[in-house]
Amino acid sequence: MRVFDPELAEIRFGFGLAPAVQPPARVDDMLNGLTGLDDMATRFPVETFDTFRARMVEIAETARIRRTMRGTPQAEAAKKRRNQLNAIARKDGLRWAGHMLLRQIWTPTAFRERLVGFWADHFTAHGKQGVSRRATSPYIEEAIRPNIAGNFADLLQAAVMHPVMLFYLDQTQSMGPGSVRGKKRKNGLNENLAREVLELHTLGVHGPYTQNDVQQLAELLTGLSFRPDLGFVFRKDFVEPGSETILGQTYQDAGDTTPIRAVLRNLARHPATARHLAQKLAVHFVSDTPDADLVKQLEATFNDAGGNLLALYEVLLNHPAAWQPTLQNVKPPLDFMASAMRSLAVPEEKLMRFGERKMRRVISRPLTAMGQQWQRPGGPDGWPEDDAHWITPQGIAGRVAWAMNAPEFILRVLPDPREFVATSLGRRASDLVHFAAASAENRPEGIGLVLMSPAFQRR
Amino acid sequence: MQLNRRDFLRSSFVGCSLAASPLITPVTFAATPGDHRLVVIILRGGMDGLDLLRPYGDPLLTQLRPTLAGGPDQGAHDLDGFYALHPVLAPLLPMWRAEELGFVQAVSTPYRDKRSHFDGQDLLEAGTETMAGVRDGWLNRMLQAVPSVTAETAYAVGRSDMKLLQGPVEVSNWSPDVSLGLSPVTEQLMTLVTESDPALHAAWQEAQVLAALDAEAQVTDRTARKGAHVKIAEFAAQRLAGEARVAAFSLGGWDTHSGQIRAMNRALGQLAEVLNTLKSGLGQSTWGRTTVVAVTEFGRTARENGTRGTDHGTGGLMILAGGTVRGGRVHGDWPGLQQGDLYQNRDLMPTRDVRAHVAWIMTGLMGINRATLEATVFPGLDMGDDPRLLL
Repeated sequence: MRVFDPELAEIRFGFGLAPAVQPPARVDDMLNGLTGLDDMATRFPVETFDTFRARMVEIAETARIRRTMRGTPQAEAAKKRRNQLNAIARKDGLRWAGHMLLRQIWTPTAFRERLVGFWADHFTAHGKQGVSRRATSPYIEEAIRPNIAGNFADLLQAAVMHPVMLFYLDQTQSMGPGSVRGKKRKNGLNENLAREVLELHTLGVHGPYTQNDVQQLAELLTGLSFRPDLGFVFRKDFVEPGSETILGQTYQDAGDTTPIRAVLRNLARHPATARHLAQKLAVHFVSDTPDADLVKQLEATFNDAGGNLLALYEVLLNHPAAWQPTLQNVKPPLDFMASAMRSLAVPEEKLMRFGERKMRRVISRPLTAMGQQWQRPGGPDGWPEDDAHWITPQGIAGRVAWAMNAPEFILRVLPDPREFVATSLGRRASDLVHFAAASAENRPEGIGLVLMSPAFQRR
Repeated sequence: MQLNRRDFLRSSFVGCSLAASPLITPVTFAATPGDHRLVVIILRGGMDGLDLLRPYGDPLLTQLRPTLAGGPDQGAHDLDGFYALHPVLAPLLPMWRAEELGFVQAVSTPYRDKRSHFDGQDLLEAGTETMAGVRDGWLNRMLQAVPSVTAETAYAVGRSDMKLLQGPVEVSNWSPDVSLGLSPVTEQLMTLVTESDPALHAAWQEAQVLAALDAEAQVTDRTARKGAHVKIAEFAAQRLAGEARVAAFSLGGWDTHSGQIRAMNRALGQLAEVLNTLKSGLGQSTWGRTTVVAVTEFGRTARENGTRGTDHGTGGLMILAGGTVRGGRVHGDWPGLQQGDLYQNRDLMPTRDVRAHVAWIMTGLMGINRATLEATVFPGLDMGDDPRLLL
């Protein structure tokens, strides 16, 4: 049974309808959009982390000068330079945020951007201090975006071994108690990354692992590290000597990352991982309580296709439950904002003309008010999937305030709300929404009412 | 469906919608978990306890802090011959004299050495030894141990994410600086547009109620342009005077690396306003059953730095207020300021885990037993002896 619907494809698997963008005509268009040239990344560039780390090198250098030449004019100049570098990174971070939004606003292959969002959340990581706080977009650009349509094992490895993840989950501090360095420093293991790899990234919280597996994996992961001037490094002096056994399989020391790659590959292919990801994908894209057969088929495909993600998406997009015409999930704040700007066809020059202050006023602060601070989920488990988390009085008030004010602030001239009903909601425009849009006192509130209608809030 | 604008405007959607709001229907509150109120304030940024509560009786203080250590001779308010309160906190002196304001010195979470705000605040709100695998906060875990909790029992107030309240127990969240600012017509049209979606509809109605309460408070109180912190405290007091029993919010501005005098004047001024607003907003009898606890992720360096500020440290200060506390005194052990007394020769040495103090307060207020506190609310904590923070 094929029940593909171009409008629903944009609403449920993309960022909603766009007056100037043609929706996909068939499932194959959506799938081809995942492997074709990444036009959006070219048009709205975001720096990769490998480029970004040069900023960290230079800031470390200013710190060295300040430390060793205290009280000299050089130290003073270094301090100035540091502040300047931080300010540049802050501005660039906002530009990347704008670019990530513009991709979602203008893409003809919106499923790609949705999957980038899905996997960036699955592998939540961000910098914690200083300039590294701006490294989240570069991390996503480098570790997530190129790997969303390959094999899950490659995506897992790219994310888990990425410097930003290693910092975020304290792996760079973790040393084997029996390692050269651990013996000298009397420091020990940090299990944070090992635990999250099992609980969040692969097997899932109900997966078949024990505390012993967590500890063994933590021992195996020792050595994964990072230096700003070199990028990823493997520190042999951190490695816990001896072999480790995880889920019954033993991994021998090899003096390099071979056993780590091996365990990640095995975890990626584990049946519990298939179950965990099948459920999560169905919940994210279809409904908080997804169709059991859809989940079952996703799980089977993940197992049969050895973690081939494209095969997984193909099953998702060809399953009748995915095309259930009643809208289900509430758009999280960021997706709501992006889809609103997509339906209003916000041009690049309008969004990017804002300086820092206005970007915060129109994007960052409203997102926080709606409950989704930009790139700062509460923990490594990412943003909640359940609708109830987003539909709160505070969250709705934040959405209303933004929907009624921001479009005018960004565009200055708004479309006629009566016409906007059809361009933004398509066939799902109800008489009630038509009535409300026509009855509003002014254009901004008319547009806001359409954006707040259930047909726009859900997908 | 036939609707016309004039008919619609004559109807009274708003009137019906308020009465139908699920969260303000009285039956929801058949039972409430006791009568005590607990307010937790997270002082974000690393509050300098040695500046707020100055141990001026220790001669080392002025050596370590040439510009920040002023005692009573420089406007600080002597409390007991050893400690002086920061000059800006004069508005809190009546509370101190009434023994409704007290402090616990040299406390910290188990967080050490890296001194990152992000990690420090996460651990403070998680209430655990490490962050590994933690998904909820200690105040939410406390609510799990309290009977008859409803969505109205606990409020996270303000825009910042209150991780200490995150978890399986449903809590409410509202930021009183949200102004809907819609015309009455648009409010009614919103109600109409969301009608087909019960969840969205209910949340919208409740948002209207809360926003209307704020608007009302601002009309009756003519002090123009109040700061967000005062609105937050007013809103918290208003909820706590009603069904709510627990409220948590943040107060920022404590990361005083340079120009600390100015920064602390501002932050402490806000803190004083917040505490006095809570007290007046709650009224005599509810204040008598209220405990306010203010905690921070870490203290700051014992020494002043080169830019008349202080850097991230370890041991910090906990603030207690309310009619339930044994105020008018400084609790906890004083570690001293000598070289050997300082943690890593730079920070005030923590003499007790801040969680132990909070746990003892929970026992006193909510009657939660020690085993639950040590196993669930603050897993792995040894509460030690009762510090007798409450009356």
